[in-house]
Amino acid sequence: MSTTIDAPELVEPATEEAVRRTAIPDPGETPTGPRRSLRGVRMDDVYAVVGALAAAMAVATLIFGWIAPLTGPIGWVIVAFVLFVLFYALLVAVTADGREVLDRVMTVVLASAGMILLGALVFVVLFVITRGADALFHVNFFTQDMEFAGPLDGLDVGGVSHAIMGTLIQIGIALSITVPLGILTAVFLNEVGGPFARFVRTVTDAMTALPSIIAGLFVYSAIILLITGQRSGFAAAMAITVMMLPIVVRAADVVLRLVAGNLREASYALGASKFRTVWHVVLPTARSGLATAVILGTARGIGETSPVLLTSGVTAVMNLNPFEGPMISLPLQVFDFVRSPEPNMIARGFGAAAVLMLLVLALFAIARVIGGRGPGDLTPRQQRAVLRRSQNDALRMDRAARARALSATPPQEDTP
Amino acid sequence: MSDLRPSRDDAVTDQLAGQDDGQHVTVFDEVADVFLADEVTQIVDEPRLEHPIEGARSLKSKPSKADSIFRTVAYAAGGVTVAIMLAVGLFLSIRAGSALQVAGIGFLFEQQWNPEAGQFGIGAVLFGTVSIAMIAITISLPLSLGTSLLISEVLRGRLKQWAITLVDLMAAVPSVVFGLWGVFFLQENIIPVSQWISTYFAWIPIFAVTNADGTPATDASAFTSSAFIAGLVVSLMIVPTQTSIMREAFMQAPPGEREAAYALGSTRWGMITAVVLPFGRGGIIGGTMLALGRALGETIAIYMIISPIFYINWEVLKTGSNSISALIALRYGEASEFGLSALMAAGLALFLITLVINFSASSIVARSRSGAQTDG
Repeated sequence: MSTTIDAPELVEPATEEAVRRTAIPDPGETPTGPRRSLRGVRMDDVYAVVGALAAAMAVATLIFGWIAPLTGPIGWVIVAFVLFVLFYALLVAVTADGREVLDRVMTVVLASAGMILLGALVFVVLFVITRGADALFHVNFFTQDMEFAGPLDGLDVGGVSHAIMGTLIQIGIALSITVPLGILTAVFLNEVGGPFARFVRTVTDAMTALPSIIAGLFVYSAIILLITGQRSGFAAAMAITVMMLPIVVRAADVVLRLVAGNLREASYALGASKFRTVWHVVLPTARSGLATAVILGTARGIGETSPVLLTSGVTAVMNLNPFEGPMISLPLQVFDFVRSPEPNMIARGFGAAAVLMLLVLALFAIARVIGGRGPGDLTPRQQRAVLRRSQNDALRMDRAARARALSATPPQEDTP
Repeated sequence: MSDLRPSRDDAVTDQLAGQDDGQHVTVFDEVADVFLADEVTQIVDEPRLEHPIEGARSLKSKPSKADSIFRTVAYAAGGVTVAIMLAVGLFLSIRAGSALQVAGIGFLFEQQWNPEAGQFGIGAVLFGTVSIAMIAITISLPLSLGTSLLISEVLRGRLKQWAITLVDLMAAVPSVVFGLWGVFFLQENIIPVSQWISTYFAWIPIFAVTNADGTPATDASAFTSSAFIAGLVVSLMIVPTQTSIMREAFMQAPPGEREAAYALGSTRWGMITAVVLPFGRGGIIGGTMLALGRALGETIAIYMIISPIFYINWEVLKTGSNSISALIALRYGEASEFGLSALMAAGLALFLITLVINFSASSIVARSRSGAQTDG
């Protein structure tokens, strides 16, 4: 069972270490030139891109103006892009061989795919916010409801305060159910395990496929038609819950799975029980990830229109009671506003959409600030703190070792 | 699950040991003495006993009170979650039953939707759902493939982090916002493109746009509210999911193989085709299928854009399409008891389709990924 230990190996590890340390070889007499940048962008690369772009835009304009019967800005962009890739390939081919041309062209294609996608995102968001700006600059838009505002009234009457409150109440109820239940279920999946947990995971995975309109249809026919008999904020919250729960469980499950196994094992090895390990090791390690999972789930839950469409009902007045009467929320209010042909109602719709978008952006920013890091992944400040602590520890141990050496007593008696 | 076994076993074995003739006890004492007396390894005489199996110490410990409460609560949470989920599935199936009995197998092929007249089916809406999803995937696949390769292979440092954040943010943009953009911006600006495609590619049947008498339509009003426009908007909504799954798969391509490809003189694109794409194939397929699942279930943007019809329209650029979720949103309000049952049947069909797609997607993604458990 026990093994004999050679004493000398224990005594002299220091000299061994000194030999193994990495060392930069002495260059000697060999002259070394300036360090070459491997990632820099050469000027002729830039010229090729700029030249191809200018040529493509010019030719696209030419084609649109004189040669072919084409109209519309989107068509122009498509034609210009195709021409740009062609011209760029031509320009690169002047100096490079086939493989390099392919490499450069594909890099440009990848970059443009990214730019199209991210550009479209930024454009969608900005489009909605700028179109909504008319409504956003009226204070009453945030403080009034639509009770006394008709379709023909100007933007200085009426607002969406009732929809904002409705959204907050509904998402609050949904969160108070999904957060404890979702995180506990995720803990169950990861820490307890077993065949039932596998079954739960399978069912949860299946339910992430549930189209949100069906969550709404379920609540409409199971709760509204059978039990309450009327549409209410609570029913809408239930629909959002059914939709959000699998998302939160799955996201939290992924986060908890990333907690390093050796942290858990260390805790068990120290004699901690399962509950203490979960409470003091697993959950604190995954805290930021769990917060991110919950916030991203919230952002999706807030923006869902289809479950709310069937369950919450449309109203123009403020209703703070989730159990009685219809209670509208922001996405549904947007949907309801833009069904009207009146420009002012459409402007209000864009305004409400902008409010919704800003709400989602704010949630997302919060998620980025607290989360966005894997478990055990530290910020630079935390890393510095850890470094400082371990340096202090090293100093302390060093001092203790010196004190022991001075007192020249056997170390076994020194340690507690 | 094995550690759930009640610790009663231990008590039983203890009792059995106690009832024994005492011989084993003395042997154990001897061995213990030897170990306590001296920490040096010693060859102990071959023990005289045939090790009684019931005398072996169980390594399972009885869970503490906090532990058993924790276990119960965790089980309860898992149970409640499953109960909610199963309730949705069961309720849908039971309520859909009465409509399915009336419609029979024709439910899948009938194009009209008149539950009150007993003539209804998802032929047309299912076709619309699938065609919109297919258009969306056709557009989103190259976009997301390019973007994920750009993020994982080309961009570095802060720019890469920003791009990842932006893509994640896009996943959180509410669908009603995309719907607004689709109705008020894309609709009017995409029509010239639709007209152009239908003019020059009309020889491909799906791109042709014809009037009732078979002549090619050129009027702009024939191109509004089409499956093509809905598919474009849906493609923007599914691209983020697709991109982030692909990006994760690409980033897991082993660095050793990448460097080997570079060392053999490969360009970056050569390395991507030789290493990254083969390693990320599971991610590409799985991500695309997950996105397809989302595209099939999308409601509100489609509802805002299309003008609903109840016949199969092969000309995707032409006005008029439909989808199952849009049908539910359109008809739930005025539906009778039986009409609701018919809608539930349609919803169930949609759910089953997305379920199959999601499951195969996640199994493909999971198979392409190794080492779920990480070590810190």
